[in-house]
Amino acid sequence: MEVTITINGEQVTRDVEPRQLLVHFIRDTEGLTGTHWGCDTSNCGACVVLMDGKPIKSCTTLAAMCVGHEIRTVESLERHGQLDPVQLGFHELHGLHCGFCTPGMLMTARALLDHNPNPTEHEIRTAISGQICRCTGYKNIVSAVRWAAEHEAAMKQEA
Amino acid sequence: MQTPAPFEYERATSVDGAIASLQEHGPEARLIAGGHSLLPMMKLRLANPEFLIDINDLDELSYIDDRMTEIRIGALTRHTELLESDVLARRFPVFRDAEEVIADPVVRNRGTIGGSLCQADAAEDLSAVCAALKANIVIKAPGGERTIGMDGFYIGPFTTAVGADEMLTEIQLPIRPGAGSAHEKVERRAGDFAIAAVSASLWLQGGTIADAGIALAALGPTTIIASRAEELLKGKAPSEELFAEAGQIAAEDSMPVPDGRGPVDYKRHLAGVLTTRALLRAAARALQQEVH
Amino acid sequence: MATIETTATADRPIGFGRLKRKEDARFIRGQGTYLDDIRLPGMVHGAMLRSPYAHAKILSIDTSRALEHPGVAAVVTAKDLETLGLAWMPTISYDTQAVLAGDKVRFQGQEVAFVIAVDEYTARDALALIDVEYEPLPAVVNARKALDPDAPLIRDDKDGQVDNLASPLWEAGDEAASDKAFAEADTIVTRDIIYPRCHPAPLETCGMIADFNPKTGQLDIYNGNQAPNAHRTVYAHVAGLAEHMIRIRCNDIGGGFGNKVPVYPGYVCAIAGSIVAGVPVKWIEDRSENLMSTGFARDYVMHAEMCSKDGKITGLRVDVIADHGAFDSTAQPTKFPAGFFHIVCGSYDLDAAHVQVKAVYTNKAPGGVAYRCSFRITEAVYLVERMVDALALEMKVDPVGLRMQSFIKPEQFPYETTTGWTYDSGNYAETMREAMRIAGYDELRKEQAEKRARGELMGIGVSFFTEGVGAGPRKHMDILGLAMNDGADLRPDTGSGARDDLRPDRGRGAGHSARGRPGPPRRHRPDALRPRNLRIEVDAGERSRRSGGVKKGARQGPSDRGNDARDARRGPRLGERPLVRQG
Repeated sequence: MEVTITINGEQVTRDVEPRQLLVHFIRDTEGLTGTHWGCDTSNCGACVVLMDGKPIKSCTTLAAMCVGHEIRTVESLERHGQLDPVQLGFHELHGLHCGFCTPGMLMTARALLDHNPNPTEHEIRTAISGQICRCTGYKNIVSAVRWAAEHEAAMKQEA
Repeated sequence: MQTPAPFEYERATSVDGAIASLQEHGPEARLIAGGHSLLPMMKLRLANPEFLIDINDLDELSYIDDRMTEIRIGALTRHTELLESDVLARRFPVFRDAEEVIADPVVRNRGTIGGSLCQADAAEDLSAVCAALKANIVIKAPGGERTIGMDGFYIGPFTTAVGADEMLTEIQLPIRPGAGSAHEKVERRAGDFAIAAVSASLWLQGGTIADAGIALAALGPTTIIASRAEELLKGKAPSEELFAEAGQIAAEDSMPVPDGRGPVDYKRHLAGVLTTRALLRAAARALQQEVH
Repeated sequence: MATIETTATADRPIGFGRLKRKEDARFIRGQGTYLDDIRLPGMVHGAMLRSPYAHAKILSIDTSRALEHPGVAAVVTAKDLETLGLAWMPTISYDTQAVLAGDKVRFQGQEVAFVIAVDEYTARDALALIDVEYEPLPAVVNARKALDPDAPLIRDDKDGQVDNLASPLWEAGDEAASDKAFAEADTIVTRDIIYPRCHPAPLETCGMIADFNPKTGQLDIYNGNQAPNAHRTVYAHVAGLAEHMIRIRCNDIGGGFGNKVPVYPGYVCAIAGSIVAGVPVKWIEDRSENLMSTGFARDYVMHAEMCSKDGKITGLRVDVIADHGAFDSTAQPTKFPAGFFHIVCGSYDLDAAHVQVKAVYTNKAPGGVAYRCSFRITEAVYLVERMVDALALEMKVDPVGLRMQSFIKPEQFPYETTTGWTYDSGNYAETMREAMRIAGYDELRKEQAEKRARGELMGIGVSFFTEGVGAGPRKHMDILGLAMNDGADLRPDTGSGARDDLRPDRGRGAGHSARGRPGPPRRHRPDALRPRNLRIEVDAGERSRRSGGVKKGARQGPSDRGNDARDARRGPRLGERPLVRQG
């Protein structure tokens, strides 16, 4: 079946099987391999992308369900050569080791800050509670998101 | 990763259209909303519907309506919306209690109340919430519409009264004075299904309990309405002793089975303790004082 | 930007400062190259059919329906692999493991058939079309029952195997001296302690792309791999290729933690598939497969006794049953099949100790691995610290006090333990005192006493951990005879220029594993050699021309060194085997 999906701001039309999962559409059909997968049970969140600005698990969504919606992946965070504050925060505060969970974490962080520019530590931990990191122990991920929130607030003040 | 078996797919453009499709394609057709119960089962190849009818476009089913004598919730309302609704939190705080411990925030962006109720997993929290609140369920059928109570809604494990060519469209929550409600859950890890959970709802009038709703999750083949415990409470003044007794009765009437989540005696113990705690908090909320 | 002190100050030595990671540039952009991100022209996909039974005879396997399914190129079973001499493979601990089950299955999740198809969805569809007839057998899943006389024999494939003992008794220490210490002791405690099986569960599951070029005879392997040199030796044997014709490329790895050390049947099937078909074959497992069949950690059933005399710990006796599952593929040095478990004397100056470890087969997944800690040290330290606490309870003394009485003293270093370890240095009592000061131990004990008087429970846990980080010198540490962690090739690269920023990192795929390696450049600066803008790139990723050495997981850097430990044994050369075409 033919589907037209907006992905990272671009409308694409492709022929897909109804059963194709969004994560495979993103990775295999569109070649955007920044979004990962890590489980069979919708627990790990390595596959998190944004649908209409909200984090969803792309392994538990059909590509067909995304017709008429906007999908954003990690590849959309850097704009015109400028890294997003969440990306800078993760680098600044060592919020990643192997990097496998990182794209999902970045998208959730981005959506959180769009919705709540000054989240508490508790709110950050709740926001990422559907995603697993096997390396960092989460502490630096939380700090990274706080750093991004403060950085963005500072940038807004300067603007 | 795991992948579903092939199926055909269509997008419903209306409730009637979805029902007509269910009729046309027979028992191998399923409705899909958030898909976070159905798709994981399909990926594990435990469920293999041949036809999926996607109802996510039916915005007319997404609402939380305060109508003074009742709150009406559309079947397609997402868990996140139920969690964030201040209207719902004020009238029925049991919803926010439960939503905070249902799955995780990302899954909650997609899962719906209709999907959760129809999945009929005994461990599912909103089933207990709606049963304790004595909700009425509106089911649309090819011929028309009917409304049934929660006590007739669950027929067996993973089986509801919603027929193969029918759709759950609305949940109605009667508003009565003196209401207080709470949900208590114990789980193995964040976001997990309950080892045991209890929803309790009280309506107080003149210092005594006019009505009570107690429902148990993950403690039997389906959601269990603890009617003996409910009966015990009617007409009596709330007290710790009364709620302890109700907890004991609820524990006796629970039907836990041993599994990976825990053994029978532990689950039964939880049934009692969580019933008591939920009732205490429900009473405190009904009396406008929160217990900490 | 790097900020490194280049002159010493009173409180900061040279080299103090902060370096930021270079690999972040690609990871925060989602530009990492993990196994499933790699696409090669003509690549096909594998999927594995697995046994639902823990122990069962295979009566028949019918692959005809799967073969007829559109898009399926091949369905491989043990029979097909037998003709290639590939039905069994060596494990990294000198056992053998079935690549695909032939006569019977020996653990739930064991590999039974391998489908190769045009894409992953089709390959998985074909799994449902393979019909296997099983005759279930009684299963052994309790290590303590594995050696019962009536326990079913699991490894009846091995000549002379009459029971479920996986390897002969391994022991360390002095039994007679220990018996004497216990005979003279004031206090003895006994405990049975189980350290259950757990799973490293890296977020990225295991997988491989095998790409055999029939024209050149070169086998290119893409694989998240913590021990690529050892693997190359294994593949050379099973595929009958010269080692220098095998290139293993580890690009980015989504975590290892030991789980990516063993050789898995999926790897061998992918390689065999590629050799036979002449196209790249990708196999990557799902999470259920990862948890069900790949290298687990721990699973030690321990029985221990500890004794004291005159207020000091004097003796320790430990008996361990190690559960290795259906095939012993544990990752341990040849000399230390129980890893470093004999560090179980811990930080204490014991008169004597005796340790015995028995490895048994059970109908469970094969293994195990060192998860987030080298080689059974976690098991050993857990055991000894629990025993010290148990002893303190029995002696009615403070557990910290008992430790202070029993620590190895500073003047005793270098210290030789009774189980054969040399500790080079330490000041344990001082460390303990400092830790207790920081924790406010005395105040905690007061608080505990007050609470207990009120009927409130409060526990205080103390543990003193002497560990070995990473592996050791090559004379001790090996995997399959290949030395670990013992060298590096240093290649100067003039003219590349330093770059420390976050610009996109194109085409610099150095192998990268869980713990932030390569990470910041090594601070390796003999002054005489120090050029300006020194940039050191750690290439952990590729193994081709150079051979030998094993890259370990969590805590150490990559290793690479000319190897002298070659096994002369080789399988038949490729041309000697009949090629089998399927589908």
